[in-house]
Amino acid sequence: MTSIVVISAGISVPSSTRILADSLGQATVRALSSVDVVETSTSYDVIELRDLAHLLTDNVLTGFPTGSLADAVRRVAEADAVIAVTPVYTGSYSGLFKMFFDVLEEGTLQGKPVLMAATAGTARHSLVLEFAMRPLFAHLRADVVPTAVFAASEDFGGGSVRGGSLAARIDRATGELADKVLRRGTTLPDDPFENPTPFEDLLNDLH
Amino acid sequence: MQFGIFTVGDVTPDPTTGRTPAEHERIKATIEIAKKAEEVGLDVFATGEHHNPPFVAPANPPVLLANIAARTERIILSTSTTLITTNDPVRIAQDYSYLQHLADGRVDLMMGRGNTGPVYPWFGKDIREGINLAIENYHLLHRLWREDVVDWEGTFRTPLQGFTSTPRPLDGVPPFVWHGSIRSPEIAEQAAYYGDGFFANHIFWPASHTQRMVGLYRRRFEHYGHGTADQAIVGLGGQVFMRHNSQDAVREFRPYFDNAPVYGHGPSLEDFMRETPLTVGSPQQVIERTLGFREYVGDYQRQLFLMDHAGLPLKTVLEQLDLLGGEVVPVLRREFAALKPAHVPDAPTHASLVEKARSEDPSVELVETTGAPA
Repeated sequence: MTSIVVISAGISVPSSTRILADSLGQATVRALSSVDVVETSTSYDVIELRDLAHLLTDNVLTGFPTGSLADAVRRVAEADAVIAVTPVYTGSYSGLFKMFFDVLEEGTLQGKPVLMAATAGTARHSLVLEFAMRPLFAHLRADVVPTAVFAASEDFGGGSVRGGSLAARIDRATGELADKVLRRGTTLPDDPFENPTPFEDLLNDLH
Repeated sequence: MQFGIFTVGDVTPDPTTGRTPAEHERIKATIEIAKKAEEVGLDVFATGEHHNPPFVAPANPPVLLANIAARTERIILSTSTTLITTNDPVRIAQDYSYLQHLADGRVDLMMGRGNTGPVYPWFGKDIREGINLAIENYHLLHRLWREDVVDWEGTFRTPLQGFTSTPRPLDGVPPFVWHGSIRSPEIAEQAAYYGDGFFANHIFWPASHTQRMVGLYRRRFEHYGHGTADQAIVGLGGQVFMRHNSQDAVREFRPYFDNAPVYGHGPSLEDFMRETPLTVGSPQQVIERTLGFREYVGDYQRQLFLMDHAGLPLKTVLEQLDLLGGEVVPVLRREFAALKPAHVPDAPTHASLVEKARSEDPSVELVETTGAPA
């Protein structure tokens, strides 16, 4: 089973960030089902960072995740692809959004297919995806799809019939994500507790 | 099973009074705490190593431990931890051997990598080499204590030709070594490779994490042929605050918890008690919680408690030690002993290591004999 994790940093209810997150999740499941010749089920589940806000602060202060945050971190580590969606705050991704990526273990997103998306009041913020978010995922060595999806408030009305609409961008980006997932196959992260590096190798690597 | 305390030597304002002890006061208080630990019947006193404020743990633990050795008779002196990354392993070999002689063998030590990033550059090291420094430096230290003449060439320190570390370990038996790590599987692997002890910090992380680290160490200990997995030598940290009435304990400790340097202003006391081994309550609650540790790490050999941190005044710390030594540890000793199978060893001591060396090679003439029981 292919697992898609959608991370939404929207705050309000309803939030346009969550609406976009769900659209991207559903479109990815559709894209995977349409090309996947093998009969495998695909699902997506959403991590709402608002629900984890206190636990994220605790994690930043104590160094370890607890409760539902520990569960969310594990789900991201085991996911075949991640869709990350943030509102634009003060010219960048939100602080809450960044905190989640700050507490992931090093290497969690390495090589993992990632789709980036953001929402804002106006289209003037759209380059946040390229100038703030893409460098973040480059640092995390994620495998980010070329198309990033930006939705301004105006995109949620009427745009879907014209070329270059939000719906078209969603389809292109999720198609790219599905391609990466299918090429990479289902993988689980290496577990250094199950397969430790033998000590002789650790010693020999010094010389 | 051994019970004791470990200190990080933090100089922290008492949040209930705003008063910060002077360095001199805190250092002298540490001596009083160690003496009290022996007086109430504990087995181990361990000190951290620090090179920066707000700590006055010694930069070189044998300085403090030698002083305590001269004021005590029985308690084992240890570290929590000795920085194997930024100290010269030659100096560790020499200083701790010397301490062994002064303390008539009442010495072991715990290797750690430290938790303060700038310590690496202060001593000319690269923090990205932390694991490799721990591996190479300990490999040299291990040889310096066991081979009279050492030729050495490594990556991180100047080579040695025909070098003899002095003084030689007491009775030709190096101090027992624990390797401490919160989260690096490489260190559990290292401890297992040498057949040394593994100490899980335990106090800052959930039990499930400690269980994985200890599980890996035990499995690899057996893999390297030192015994069965359940014979591996495991130590755990713990953190308690007690009053006879548990509500009193919670009320008194809460401001210290809420403002503690490590976890203050984050999770609630109740959350942290649920997620980590911290126990704030009655002596009976501490007994029950501590006995529960063996359910996820197996039968283990050493339990150390952090008692003198977060600005707690000396008077309170000494009262806590009275409760720990008087009401908690005697019960834990009895209960743990009743649960432990016969084939699970105790933590090695100088006396047991001398005994083992003799039994393995009776022809070996001991370098010296101790002047006092160890």
